Amino acid sequence: MPLLMPVLLAGLLFCIGVYGVLARRNAILVLMSVELMLNAVNVNLVAFDVWLRDELLAGQVFTLFVITIAAAEVGLGLAIVLLVFRQRETSRLDAMDQLAEEREPLGEAAGEREPAA
Amino acid sequence: MSLVEVLFGLLGVVALGAGLLVVTTRQLVHAALWLVVCLGAVAGCYLLLSAEFVAWVQVLIYVGAVVVLLLFGLMLTRAPIGASTDLDAPAGQRVAAAVVALGLAGVVVATSVDAFRGEDIVLGDDAVGGSSSAAGAAIFRSWVLPFEALSVLLLAALVGAIVLSRRDIGARPGDAPGSGEDG
Repeated sequence: MPLLMPVLLAGLLFCIGVYGVLARRNAILVLMSVELMLNAVNVNLVAFDVWLRDELLAGQVFTLFVITIAAAEVGLGLAIVLLVFRQRETSRLDAMDQLAEEREPLGEAAGEREPAA
Repeated sequence: MSLVEVLFGLLGVVALGAGLLVVTTRQLVHAALWLVVCLGAVAGCYLLLSAEFVAWVQVLIYVGAVVVLLLFGLMLTRAPIGASTDLDAPAGQRVAAAVVALGLAGVVVATSVDAFRGEDIVLGDDAVGGSSSAAGAAIFRSWVLPFEALSVLLLAALVGAIVLSRRDIGARPGDAPGSGEDG
């Protein structure tokens, strides 16, 4: 198999992920695009590992590490997205333009929402 | 052109098409389901590259766990069912993103074609390099220290996610009403 096939697949998949990160507005869709980019890197690692016939299987072991780190990243990322959604009622990234949060109105909104939820 | 190459090409086309749909579809849940197709096709590519253990880990962790986690996230943020128009950035930003992505694609494709044209992956008969026993031996002999460090990282991520998700810790007393009651 030509080495170019997996390498080109990885490159194009990475570019699709870049487009998704830049063009999407929903935080969870951006996380999905990051997953696409991580997968592209994994394809590259596996392809070069098989091409070089590495004795230590470095590429494949690194792929397993990247998959683990991606799982941790998604878990933490979703926790942050849920926290932001709980405080601001939105998961739109362009609506999150303030570092500080307004205390009083959010407290009232949370108080109103809790019984319904 | 061998059978493996044809299959790899088909799976690559499926992965790229599903990836494009993930970043362009207007329905949130469909994006997560197209992500399953894309990651499954990539797992098939691993199998064809003889990285058997990595392929099954990909199916278990990505398709099984990560996508379910993303669907939970969609559910908990009250994602709209059906087509929705506010998932994408405004048209100007989308055009800029497409220009960046296409430019990057051009650079990557040109560079890799220039660097790796004519190189071949030899998938011989002794393609046991990616079997579970080989991968396990590699992890627990050569890579055991990074493996242990990674388990500490997973524990830290677990604790962090719990701390972020709980409502009854982290807030100072008298902070915001309604923040310290349930959880």
